[in-house]
Amino acid sequence: MEQTTKCEMLLTVNGEQHSVIARPADTLLFVLRTILGLTGAKPGCLNGDCGACTVLVNDVPIKSCMILAIETVEKKITTIEGLKHTPIQQAFVEHFAFQCGYCTPGFIMNAHALTKKHPLASDEIIQEWLQSNICRCTSYKEIEEAVKTVLANNSASLNDNHF
Amino acid sequence: MVPFDFTYHQPSSIQEAIQLFQTLQQQGKKTMYYAGGTEIITLSRLNLVFTEAVIDIKGIPECRTLRFDKNYLVLGAALSLTTIEEANVFPLLSKAASEVADRTARNQITLGGNICGQIFYREAVLPLLLTDSDVIIAGKDGLKQLPIQQIFQKQMRLHPGEFLVQIMTEQTYLSLPYRSIKKRKQWEVGYPLVTVAALKTNEQIRVAFSGVCPFPFRSQTVEERLNDRQLPLESRINEALHHLPRPILDDIEGSAEYRLFVLKHTLFDIITELEGE
Repeated sequence: MEQTTKCEMLLTVNGEQHSVIARPADTLLFVLRTILGLTGAKPGCLNGDCGACTVLVNDVPIKSCMILAIETVEKKITTIEGLKHTPIQQAFVEHFAFQCGYCTPGFIMNAHALTKKHPLASDEIIQEWLQSNICRCTSYKEIEEAVKTVLANNSASLNDNHF
Repeated sequence: MVPFDFTYHQPSSIQEAIQLFQTLQQQGKKTMYYAGGTEIITLSRLNLVFTEAVIDIKGIPECRTLRFDKNYLVLGAALSLTTIEEANVFPLLSKAASEVADRTARNQITLGGNICGQIFYREAVLPLLLTDSDVIIAGKDGLKQLPIQQIFQKQMRLHPGEFLVQIMTEQTYLSLPYRSIKKRKQWEVGYPLVTVAALKTNEQIRVAFSGVCPFPFRSQTVEERLNDRQLPLESRINEALHHLPRPILDDIEGSAEYRLFVLKHTLFDIITELEGE
């Protein structure tokens, strides 16, 4: 069915359904921030390079500046506002894994997905995933430590379950 | 933000997609097929792409297939690069795909989008050129199966209204010895200085390149020189470099001279390893 200049889209964001009126050409980042007021996902490069706008679509990290909102209809969108008291958020606080904080929502969304998909991720996998995000304050070491803390806790939990 | 409007269409079959394209064309609308969309969105923002309608092919089951059929691996054009990487049924393609952009971007970038895109590196095509893969193309006259070498000459030569549906690769190629090396100017994410993919079959080494010229390629003449074992390896490589297509890229990623220097050493490493296997 043809969509006119603006159309209604039913988006499921952080477990809530939202009916939004937007252009088919609008990116998910634009709709989240400008129409839904969810400003956690940050506009950085708007070119898919920096990862500051990373959200989860069906639990997969996606750069929301590079996907149309209309593509996410009938999918589950999770933004930083949808994470509550997760281990990765706690680990970022404990390791002070940020300075200015602008890149932090994107890093946390990506790292959260990483620790869920690969609860025992190797250094190689961690590096591959975190290369998708840029931190200009260069908090990379602290971010890596935060991720590894969550993974170590995952590993300890698995070992506990075996005894 | 995309600075112009377009209509969005999501067909659920090949026939519906083709019909939509024809209808939109008849209405005078500039129309593009759309898969991952990363290139269309980012280049639109820079006014390097313009379209009045997009036809999203991700809802077409044939474009999302990943299966073995008789002696062939069949990969849908709308599979994301990470899906292919994780399935790892075609290790050379997994390796080449895993070097494109970054992990999160590869969750969206599709096999077909990478090959058919405007950005000229198109590194996912290298394994397909090396394995003499076939492509399935949909158009107003139905489906057609063609050798990739016939339709990929520097870029995909699709007619208006056609789109790439699937890629078929003979299973016998999937387990052959290979190498795929991407050299960048710096960092571990980004465009290549040079990318070389190689495959060894029947004691012959096949080689395909990206980042050397403003198009990916595989050259019979280059391969003949590289496989002329009567000469020492360094001489074979020097001969091969003389027969590269032109122009050699000379841009911010690296000068032509530096690219050839890096390429020479990369080829030396790859061929030494593959000939030793």
